[in-house]
Amino acid sequence: MRGRATLHAWLMLGPAMLLLVAFTHYPVVATLWHSLFSTPRGARPARFVGVENYAALADDPVFWQALSNNLLYALGTVPLSIGLALAMALWVNGRIAGRAALRVAYFTPTVLPMIAVANLWLFFYTPDYGLVDRITGFLFGWGPTNWIGSQETALGAMMAIAVWKEAGFFMIFYLAALQAIPPVLYEAASVEGASRFTVFRRVTLPLLGPTTLFIAVNALINGFRLVDHIIVMTHGGPDNATALLLTYIYEVGFRFWDTAQASALTMVLLLILALVALAQFTLLGRRTHYR
Amino acid sequence: MSITDGPGAAIRLDAVRKQFGDTVALHNIDITAAPGSLIVLLGPSGCGKSTLLRVLAGLEAASSGSVHFAGRDVTALPPAARGVSMVFQSYALFPHLDVAENILFGLRARKVPRAERDARLTRTAAMLGLASLLERRPAQLSGGQQQRVALARAIVAEAPVCLMDEPLSNLDAKLRAEMRAEIRALQQRLGLTMVYVTHDQVEAMSMADQVVLMREGRVEQDATPAELYARPATAFAAGFIGTPPMSLLRLQAAPGGAAIAGAPEHPVAPAEAAGAMLGLRPEDVAPTDGPGLPAIVSGAEFLGAETVLRCAVGTAGETLQARIPGNHALPAGTAVRLRLPPLAHLFSSATGQRLPLPSHAPTFA
Repeated sequence: MRGRATLHAWLMLGPAMLLLVAFTHYPVVATLWHSLFSTPRGARPARFVGVENYAALADDPVFWQALSNNLLYALGTVPLSIGLALAMALWVNGRIAGRAALRVAYFTPTVLPMIAVANLWLFFYTPDYGLVDRITGFLFGWGPTNWIGSQETALGAMMAIAVWKEAGFFMIFYLAALQAIPPVLYEAASVEGASRFTVFRRVTLPLLGPTTLFIAVNALINGFRLVDHIIVMTHGGPDNATALLLTYIYEVGFRFWDTAQASALTMVLLLILALVALAQFTLLGRRTHYR
Repeated sequence: MSITDGPGAAIRLDAVRKQFGDTVALHNIDITAAPGSLIVLLGPSGCGKSTLLRVLAGLEAASSGSVHFAGRDVTALPPAARGVSMVFQSYALFPHLDVAENILFGLRARKVPRAERDARLTRTAAMLGLASLLERRPAQLSGGQQQRVALARAIVAEAPVCLMDEPLSNLDAKLRAEMRAEIRALQQRLGLTMVYVTHDQVEAMSMADQVVLMREGRVEQDATPAELYARPATAFAAGFIGTPPMSLLRLQAAPGGAAIAGAPEHPVAPAEAAGAMLGLRPEDVAPTDGPGLPAIVSGAEFLGAETVLRCAVGTAGETLQARIPGNHALPAGTAVRLRLPPLAHLFSSATGQRLPLPSHAPTFA
């Protein structure tokens, strides 16, 4: 009887476990394993090197640049996309004409494939006759700028695309959260004499807290994950100005074929994402006890 | 600011009308309330009483007409500038703020100095027995406690007019009776002018100085509870007030006067009352061993101290109710004779309006 129950339990767990092991747990362990060996080349098989790959990373200036680029990228895109998402949600939640059309317009970037988006923005950023140069030339009289070709502007240009792509998606969550706030709370606040700013600061914003946290964690993870447009547009260039951890992993692993080094890089990225996830669970556990 | 208001009116509504699209929610409402009085807006659901309260609060703008508080025209003012506080049916407590912050929300928004804020909080919390709950969140409170917090938030504002939208409808019967007395006592102690919306006529009768009975966006009767009970202005008012409410019976011409339809051999009113509706309070009707109106018991409801008998009279399907002390749960089908009170209420069958009684009403039945 006992053995039968155990069998049933394994049968229930089986499908989910098979998928998780095959596509999540085994790759992580394998990557960790590979990161401790040298890259096998031709006649030379892989041999155990311990933390040598990690030591090489520490000495690699491109790794440090990719890491600092990535932190800057995350710190720039996360608050900007969240702020923009909130502003758009408040705007399309109000009583305005063409509300449905506006919502669709704001959400459109989310449904476009990132490769298509990258090609679109290649045109926008084209020096001289691209959309961005046209606008800056018209408004400020600036000359042609090679937005994605110069070291100073390339990372900013990539961040702008990420914000544009993500804000609409996060707006949907804010919109849902805003609509879940009972209108009677706003009525109570208006009877109590609260100004619009007070209502926003003391009612709307706190009630959006759990949503903001959820969005922030997702935005942060996307800050390390969303690099398709960089692969398409700059390959991490010029001179590694737009190199992020993930693009650098791709470059080391699939262009230089240094798979051991790429495994070590992957472990670093995994560690960062694990820390983000950990922060998520502790914060979420503490902040969402009301309602 | 008009002189005609006088010092008497804490609230005055002049021909207030509210329209949502083509639907008229309120037809020319005129109400005056004295300072320090508790005025109840009573009526069935959909009668416009909540809409009227929201117009008073400024949450809805009146389509036409004017609202005056203590002689000040507030028709165009936002809720915050009207000097009102409000208790919502769902309480509308802020779920992320603790009890103290919920109560203080308005004082903070109005930038009341900290010392005064704290003093008012302490006083109000003590008054409502919330002192030990100040650090709880609304979700950690029972329904009755949440109700008290909502009440505290309204009282701490010290606004001259307090508006209440069915504040007790989410509480159980026992708590409702307690809170009814407590709200009434608070209102009198603080001298508030209170407008109280309810669909429960017991609540209205037991609390109000003045009851405004509404129906389909119109004021049906505006009177004291005693007047409303003793002299209902319409058949609707008669059928709404009382537990159970007044029985209404069609009168037909019969030999010797007017009789209940289907029972011509027992005239109950003078001949000129024929065609009207007769109103009988169940508490004034009693079974008797002597001569009386013959009736058949069709149902009985034992309520503890008293019994309500539902009786069929005559052959035309007229029924009336009798409320008698003690347990008299007679089985259905029992024949009884009923002693009726002197003629007191007559209503027009066509308009429902109260009719004057015939000048010399002899005793019948």
